[in-house]
Amino acid sequence: MNSVIKGASYVLVHTPEMVVYNGTTQTTERVVNPESEYLKELRGHLRSYEDCVNYWPNQVYIGNAHPDELAQVEFPYFDKKKEGAERYGKYGEIMPEEEFLLLVQACDMFEVVKLDKNFVSAHKDAFAADPIITEDIVSKIEEGYELDEIKHFIENEHAEGLYHNNELVGCVRTAHDIDVNLSAHVMHENLMSKASSVLALLYAVRNAGINKEDVEYVIDCAEEACGDMNQRGGGNFAKAAAEVAGLVSATGSDSRGFCAGPTHALIEAAALVKSGAYKTVVVTAGGCTAKLGMNGKDHVKKGLPILEDCLGGFAVVISENDGVNPEINLDVLGRHTVGTGSAPQAVIGSLVTDPLDRVGWKVTDIDKFSPEMQNPDITKPAGAGDVPLANYKMIGALAVKRGDIDRKELPDFIQKHGLTGWAPTQGHIPSGVPYIGVAREDILAGNIKKAMIIGKGSLFLGRMTNLFDGVSFVIQANEGNDAAGTVSEEEVKGLIAKAMKEFAETLMAE
Amino acid sequence: MDLENQKRVKEFADEFGAENLVVVLGAAEGEAAGLAAETVTAGDPTFAGPLTGVQLGLTTYHVCEPELKAEFDEAVYDEQVGMMEMVLDVDDIVSEMSAIRDEFCKYL
Repeated sequence: MNSVIKGASYVLVHTPEMVVYNGTTQTTERVVNPESEYLKELRGHLRSYEDCVNYWPNQVYIGNAHPDELAQVEFPYFDKKKEGAERYGKYGEIMPEEEFLLLVQACDMFEVVKLDKNFVSAHKDAFAADPIITEDIVSKIEEGYELDEIKHFIENEHAEGLYHNNELVGCVRTAHDIDVNLSAHVMHENLMSKASSVLALLYAVRNAGINKEDVEYVIDCAEEACGDMNQRGGGNFAKAAAEVAGLVSATGSDSRGFCAGPTHALIEAAALVKSGAYKTVVVTAGGCTAKLGMNGKDHVKKGLPILEDCLGGFAVVISENDGVNPEINLDVLGRHTVGTGSAPQAVIGSLVTDPLDRVGWKVTDIDKFSPEMQNPDITKPAGAGDVPLANYKMIGALAVKRGDIDRKELPDFIQKHGLTGWAPTQGHIPSGVPYIGVAREDILAGNIKKAMIIGKGSLFLGRMTNLFDGVSFVIQANEGNDAAGTVSEEEVKGLIAKAMKEFAETLMAE
Repeated sequence: MDLENQKRVKEFADEFGAENLVVVLGAAEGEAAGLAAETVTAGDPTFAGPLTGVQLGLTTYHVCEPELKAEFDEAVYDEQVGMMEMVLDVDDIVSEMSAIRDEFCKYL
């Protein structure tokens, strides 16, 4: 019996100060070109929290608008305001940086995060007022430290500063004196990923309508690595985040695959549930500080705000078939293999048409495709074009080559089977998964029947292989009769007991 | 252009001679192709990588440009590039690449 998508969460954290201090475009620039015009102009291009909340793509991400509504908004989006925009959405929220720093401190188990006393007292009430933040998390917030102590850690002990409104409000200390894998920089990056994953987990459990104790396994599919000098990527972000989120019955592990990571993890989760190994598995990922302001130079040069000012996070709850929620069909898996090659048509073929061929479906049998859903507002000014659109053109072109559609139907195909991108360029975050929450609802509402989620990854970045990578799967409407049509464990036990009793009676009769 | 790729291009130019090198690009947009072409001819326009201020003037083409397409076996080209050729704005790419080549290429 196929597993189902029980619910999904999508969260953003507005982190303008981390753009300045932790995004690699900016940290690299400070090394190679410390007096550059870009660094001087950068701060003037940071968005306020309100502007970040009012931004159309962000509202779509947290579930306050449908992607179809975004498609109706005139491009570009950065100069349009979404009327009625809110911090909270049905999938999650856009958390402000000051509250997030408190969550980060609550997620720190090794006392490396030190926050300024005054900062803590100024923002603790607001943090506690967030309905998703539980009392046990609030209780982990320390009173804080004197600013002089924090300055001492930064100036003398290589701590990484934490900022709010361009003022120092805390630091992340090193977790080891000489191990670079536990340096303040790495600890900072990993704690931000962990904390945003915790936020996503909290919303995922709420959105799926399950109890925290129901979660048996968590898979983290972000792009960070935690460990020490003897096991650089030892893990386990999944269990670490599950601990803070209160998922007491869960164990877990990390799965990695660059941007394709989430799709790999979702297939693994669906297989774990379908096999009966676990009843409920949550796939989660926090955000990536390194990618903040990644295309900042182009945005500043073109007079745009820094649009990559948010950490992203998501979580998807996969559980046993309930006869209602959309199913993950493991018979229609696309996979880019070692032998596939890197030509674009070979890649798209392996991910889109090969799996469809196996079950005799046409490209047009899939109502919506969700490949890399990057927000074009971010990528177009940086010369990278409209990434989702480029993917739809490739899928459409392949459909033409196969004869599934006529060449003149191509524009209609893109319109009908495509989506406008709305996800932040956080690597693994935009890769296929942003649509799962929407797809679940659209399938439940009967608007669509099948959606294909496609994850692609650039493995060359790790310098271990030049191979490309990708996997895909299909979400489809629940066939509904599965749950009712099968025999429950109790019924099986009853049948066996009855048979044994009858057998015993025949023995006794003899 | 990725800093590591800039380094490799520079090393190849040193090793084989700039006049013996052709850089083949596969960017999906005219602008991105133009930026990469500029990097290997006039130097890194973002002032971040090893090619900052290094005017190699290398010969460079996008794989969808007719001059380069003519160099391929037709069947191989169709298999490897055919679909992307259908998808990309080839005219835009050609115009960006030509402009950069006309201005900065030293070996044409």
